[in-house]
Amino acid sequence: MTATLEAILDRHARQAHRLVQILHDVQDALGWLPPEALAAVARGTGWPLARVQGTANFYSFFHTQPAGEYRVRFSDNITDRMAGSAELMAQLCRQLWLEPGKLSEDGLVSVDATSCTGLCDQGPDLLVNGRAVTRMTPQRVDEMAGLIRERVPLDAWPADWFVVEDRICRRELLLDDPVAPGKVLRAALSHGAEGVLGEILRSGLRGRGGAGFSTHAKWRACRDAPGQTRYVVCNADEGEPGTFKDRVLLSSRFDALIDGMCVAALAVGASQGFIYLRAEYRFLLERLRRRLSQRRAAGLLGRNILGKGFDFDIEIHLGAGAYICGEESALIESLEGKPGKPRIRPPFPVTHGYMGQPTIVNNVETLALAGLIALRGGEWFRGIGTPASSGTKVLSVSGDVARPGIYEVPFGVTLAEVLAEAGGSDAQAVTTAGAAGPCLAASEFDRRICFEDVATGGSIMVFGPQRDLFDVAHNFAHFFQHESCGFCTPCRVGTSVNARLLDKLANGRGSPYDLDEIRRMHHLMQGASHCGLGNTATVAIADLMDKFPATFQRRLATPDYEPAFDLDAALSQARQLTGRSDAGAHLQSNQAAMAREARP
Amino acid sequence: MTGQATFELDGQPVPFEPGQTLMQAAKAAGHYIPHLCWHPDFTAHGSCKLCTVKVGGRFATACTTAAIEGLVVDNRTEELDDKRRTLLQLLFVEGNHFCPACEKSGDCVLQATAYEMGMLTPHFDHFFPDRPVDASHPEVLLDFNRCILCELCVRASHEVDGKDVFALAGRGVKSHLVVNSASGRLADSNFAASDRAASVCPVGVILRKRVGFATPIGQRTYDVHPISQVDVDAQATPDGKQP
Repeated sequence: MTATLEAILDRHARQAHRLVQILHDVQDALGWLPPEALAAVARGTGWPLARVQGTANFYSFFHTQPAGEYRVRFSDNITDRMAGSAELMAQLCRQLWLEPGKLSEDGLVSVDATSCTGLCDQGPDLLVNGRAVTRMTPQRVDEMAGLIRERVPLDAWPADWFVVEDRICRRELLLDDPVAPGKVLRAALSHGAEGVLGEILRSGLRGRGGAGFSTHAKWRACRDAPGQTRYVVCNADEGEPGTFKDRVLLSSRFDALIDGMCVAALAVGASQGFIYLRAEYRFLLERLRRRLSQRRAAGLLGRNILGKGFDFDIEIHLGAGAYICGEESALIESLEGKPGKPRIRPPFPVTHGYMGQPTIVNNVETLALAGLIALRGGEWFRGIGTPASSGTKVLSVSGDVARPGIYEVPFGVTLAEVLAEAGGSDAQAVTTAGAAGPCLAASEFDRRICFEDVATGGSIMVFGPQRDLFDVAHNFAHFFQHESCGFCTPCRVGTSVNARLLDKLANGRGSPYDLDEIRRMHHLMQGASHCGLGNTATVAIADLMDKFPATFQRRLATPDYEPAFDLDAALSQARQLTGRSDAGAHLQSNQAAMAREARP
Repeated sequence: MTGQATFELDGQPVPFEPGQTLMQAAKAAGHYIPHLCWHPDFTAHGSCKLCTVKVGGRFATACTTAAIEGLVVDNRTEELDDKRRTLLQLLFVEGNHFCPACEKSGDCVLQATAYEMGMLTPHFDHFFPDRPVDASHPEVLLDFNRCILCELCVRASHEVDGKDVFALAGRGVKSHLVVNSASGRLADSNFAASDRAASVCPVGVILRKRVGFATPIGQRTYDVHPISQVDVDAQATPDGKQP
């Protein structure tokens, strides 16, 4: 083990800020992160062991306990659940004699749930040792259990299981015919930095991650900030439940992204860039690295690009399973090897970013569009969309639609138009910003997708008339409990209180009091939380409660207060120990518990 | 016109020096802004959110917001104290805080702040986490049940002691304090009872052994005076320690 670890540490020049990448390599070599390995990494990097543990323990995809030769994680987004993922996971656990989240006694396999993996248009899906398996069915679960029991290596599993489709259903500027390599760079270099900034300003380009900040303002602030060096970071950590457009852009339009990052580097004066790729998209990693190498060989990346004396290179950093790293300052912390906890702002990354230097962090789509703007001009871009939202938006449409997939639409289209195109016009509700934004009812489908009206990062999840929207709120509450970074009190504890309240309602023990409590958490977390995660974690739930009160009222046990504590359920352990399940072993009032326990 | 720059805190002018935060300036001028993770001797952390104030109508943490001439800041309003009360209740149910049996009772910043805010019950269902104590060190006990994740010990050990004995690990509600040693035990770390980190805990996690209840309950710091008074009176004791 020592030689392996030393080689890994050397490969990363023993730099502590590369800790997340080092831990990935160690886990690839050893299957998990044993304490001795963490101690060796601490010694090698010069960081205290406790700090190395802090990083290793923070990320969902790092295992500080053995997790088996086969690590299966079912995507647990609401769209996967609607497609039957919970039943499939239970089936696999049954066949492998496993409890979810626990390693099998022979150390062979563990099965667990994980936050949305960005394959919602071809779910239910799972990751096995980091590789995506899409379109899961009960038959596939049967076969998979057999393959795991027989220890068949993943490379010998049916190849079609690992096929990830790029389902592009509508194309406008970005997903239209790709631009020939080099064209964007030649145009940008002829404009020069100020010329590029001018075009970006004229274009009115705003960030596509959801917040809609002016790209020109961000780039200009970075360029003007004092610093020894500058960095361009591409945020490819799209963790918002229901979003998968960056996966498709990386897979189908990677050259457009590289072009855009080069344009950004030229504009702000950077020579180093990073792509922060979410761990769920690891299956893309080798292909993307290969393409970067090809571009370097072709003089389209790296030293002296196109022979014009412009140096800019890109490195891909792999995330490790943390939604919070989509927040730009948390992403930078992660790039520096630390747990992804958002920084105190100001100062903002444009002045104090990666390694304390001026840094721009932009979404994949924003950067790819910036490249096109450098080529075709700001006026051209401004001619598309609405006055405050120029250009197009790439939407990830999933859920109850006939044609789930990627739709690139000009800003200003109505939700109804998108639903008609995707085959989901009978929807009762749509979430327009994943778990972190509003939920629109059918009466609002004439609203427009643009920053003036419905701002979206691109996650459009559609809920048909047959769905119980309570399940959506319940799923979101657990998502945020799992993904809160834990830094600030309101979000760390509030997301847990919320998840417990929704559990209580789901268990049929809710009362109006609990609905008030959920609202109380909403009012506390909005405003008091440290970052966008806590500030938005209750928005969809509150919206669902406002617009679909009946779905919550149905879950209430009484019109008065009901304690979460269930006296009869508390006796279940005693009943189990004594082997009793007769009426005399139950409190009279609780028929439901009797029925539950009577089931095998 | 010359004269010192000021901002307005609950309607009163508060003078400040350039570079001061709202918290620093308020404390220097004798105004109490509730806080748990902030301490005058250490870098601001901004995580407990007790010092949430309203600046020009927007929420902000007083410990991380720079004082600017003419700012209008709300502090002890019913709305903000109500939020603070809820935050305190969340902290009380997240850990295992049983004041009557705690050696820190009366000297505890969490307890004293809860009294100050008029918190009468924990309100929410208790989480009852399982957090074993670490009694390995001959002079100091670690009772993690009371940890509020303020990271004051982490900062003290790093910034003053230069040791990095403590760090936070885990995520979300599973966040927890860890000790920097191969075994994870305090006795196996290079911690010393004379460290600044040994005396900085605002709650009852880091406790000196064999001095328990030396001061009887009823005569302790916040038994005698409310924290709103102690906090602004205590312009740092000679060794820089706050009670």
